[in-house]
Amino acid sequence: MDIYAEEIISHYEHPHNRGKLATANAEFHDYNPVCGDDITMFLDVKDGIIKDAKFDGAGCAISIGAASMLTDLIKGKSVKDVEKMGVHTVVDMLGIDPGPARLKCATLSLKAAQKALVSYSRTVT
Amino acid sequence: MPIDVDSVREDFPILSIKNDGKPLVYLDSAATSQKPKKVINAVTRLYRKYNANIHRGVYRISELATGEYENSKKSVAKFVNAAGMEEIVYTRNATEAINIAALSWGEQNIARGDRILITEMEHHSNIIPWQMLAARKGAYLDYVKIDRDSYTLDYASLEEGLAKSPKLVSVTHASNVLGTINDVKSIARKAHEAGAKMLLDAAQSVPHMPVDFRDIDTDFAAFSGHKMLAPSGIGVLYAKRGLLDQMQPVLGGGDMIKTVDYQEFSSNDLPWKFEAGTPNIEGAIGLGAAVKYLKKLGMENVREHEKALTRYALDKLSGIKNVSVFGPEDVEMRAGVVPFEIDGVHAHDIATIFDSEGVAIRAGHHCAMPLVTQVLKRTSLSRMSFYVYNKEEEVDKAVGAVTKVKNKFMIE
Repeated sequence: MDIYAEEIISHYEHPHNRGKLATANAEFHDYNPVCGDDITMFLDVKDGIIKDAKFDGAGCAISIGAASMLTDLIKGKSVKDVEKMGVHTVVDMLGIDPGPARLKCATLSLKAAQKALVSYSRTVT
Repeated sequence: MPIDVDSVREDFPILSIKNDGKPLVYLDSAATSQKPKKVINAVTRLYRKYNANIHRGVYRISELATGEYENSKKSVAKFVNAAGMEEIVYTRNATEAINIAALSWGEQNIARGDRILITEMEHHSNIIPWQMLAARKGAYLDYVKIDRDSYTLDYASLEEGLAKSPKLVSVTHASNVLGTINDVKSIARKAHEAGAKMLLDAAQSVPHMPVDFRDIDTDFAAFSGHKMLAPSGIGVLYAKRGLLDQMQPVLGGGDMIKTVDYQEFSSNDLPWKFEAGTPNIEGAIGLGAAVKYLKKLGMENVREHEKALTRYALDKLSGIKNVSVFGPEDVEMRAGVVPFEIDGVHAHDIATIFDSEGVAIRAGHHCAMPLVTQVLKRTSLSRMSFYVYNKEEEVDKAVGAVTKVKNKFMIE
């Protein structure tokens, strides 16, 4: 199957929400040693809702495309919703199954977002 | 005599598989090689006809297995021109061989403040064991630089490193990333003049070209069976006999002892002193068969075949817009390794699209992060590498896959 759908390539070449987020109160830097993908997620969380999300970093088309789409997806969602997201969310979002060799690239940004929320909830409680 | 690649290909059953109807184009032999029928059959013949532990049984099949295990060592010793099989220690792979050298010779001979000299071109297997040893001992790890234009070692930087009187110089014979073949004979001579011992990482050279350890005059060498048509899990630590005699075993257990009482043991003769426990018998026998196969092809012919393919690939790739190739331009000083990149496309995306065309290449930092990230300033690279069974049509398919990548990513 062709995992390089036009939409993914388009997000890779013109990523949404890329850069640092000045208002972020949760962030997490994650690295995929297989590909060398390097992504930091920035979240602005208020009253249990993701008010804003951005990402920074470099990587392959799958990881950058996924990070771009994910930041769009989670804006306005509740922390609980994002915590519940998993591989199926990423597959639905991308519209393709990245396969075992590239799954880490696809899920890197979601994992970073979830880890950012873990450290955030530690600081608020 | 040039290699008859079509007849060689018939010896490798895996080359007839298809993925989604596309034949396998295997361009990742620097990672691991495919296996010929001779090797597969040698391993299954052991299992079917004479499987037994070695150096133990007095019955027929154990004697047979022991004999074949030792024959394998003798042919490997001849293949790299060691003085005898006493100098050939079987390990899991080149990595384990270098670790044994560090844990045994290094532990005994490296002290606080001593220096170890390696190069920016090394694979992690020839970096981390020395980082670990240096950390244990309070020793220093120095690096010979790479000339950024020619992708060869900066020999002035080598002289600077040697002027600091290292105890050990450990250097790769051929780079797994750039393909650069180093002038290791002259490095060994200079290392010895500086009072250092020399270790040669021969993982990318022994499978691909004639290599003579005694002519190079290296004190230690390491290579892996799986990169030279043999099974994985078998590798070699070579060391000069005088050094092995002085070195303490790293692992204790069966087969490495002569006598044992309640408190003490005495070590077995070489090379068994370094091989505790039942070894990888099938791996060793497979390696023996692999060496026989390569000798029949002739290592000069293997080298010529890969040189021609490398020249062909370099010429094809260098004409393509937005594609860059790394490594020495002169194939006389380059092994069959061609790293490349396509502007604006990550190496893993390239490898995935190549895979959809049936072409297997490596992408990543190639277990050489200092070289890839610090010297070449890349997070990852794509790499094709060649062996005896590759042919020009396969390079053409790879070049076709480059076009496919460029179309997908809308690159000119």
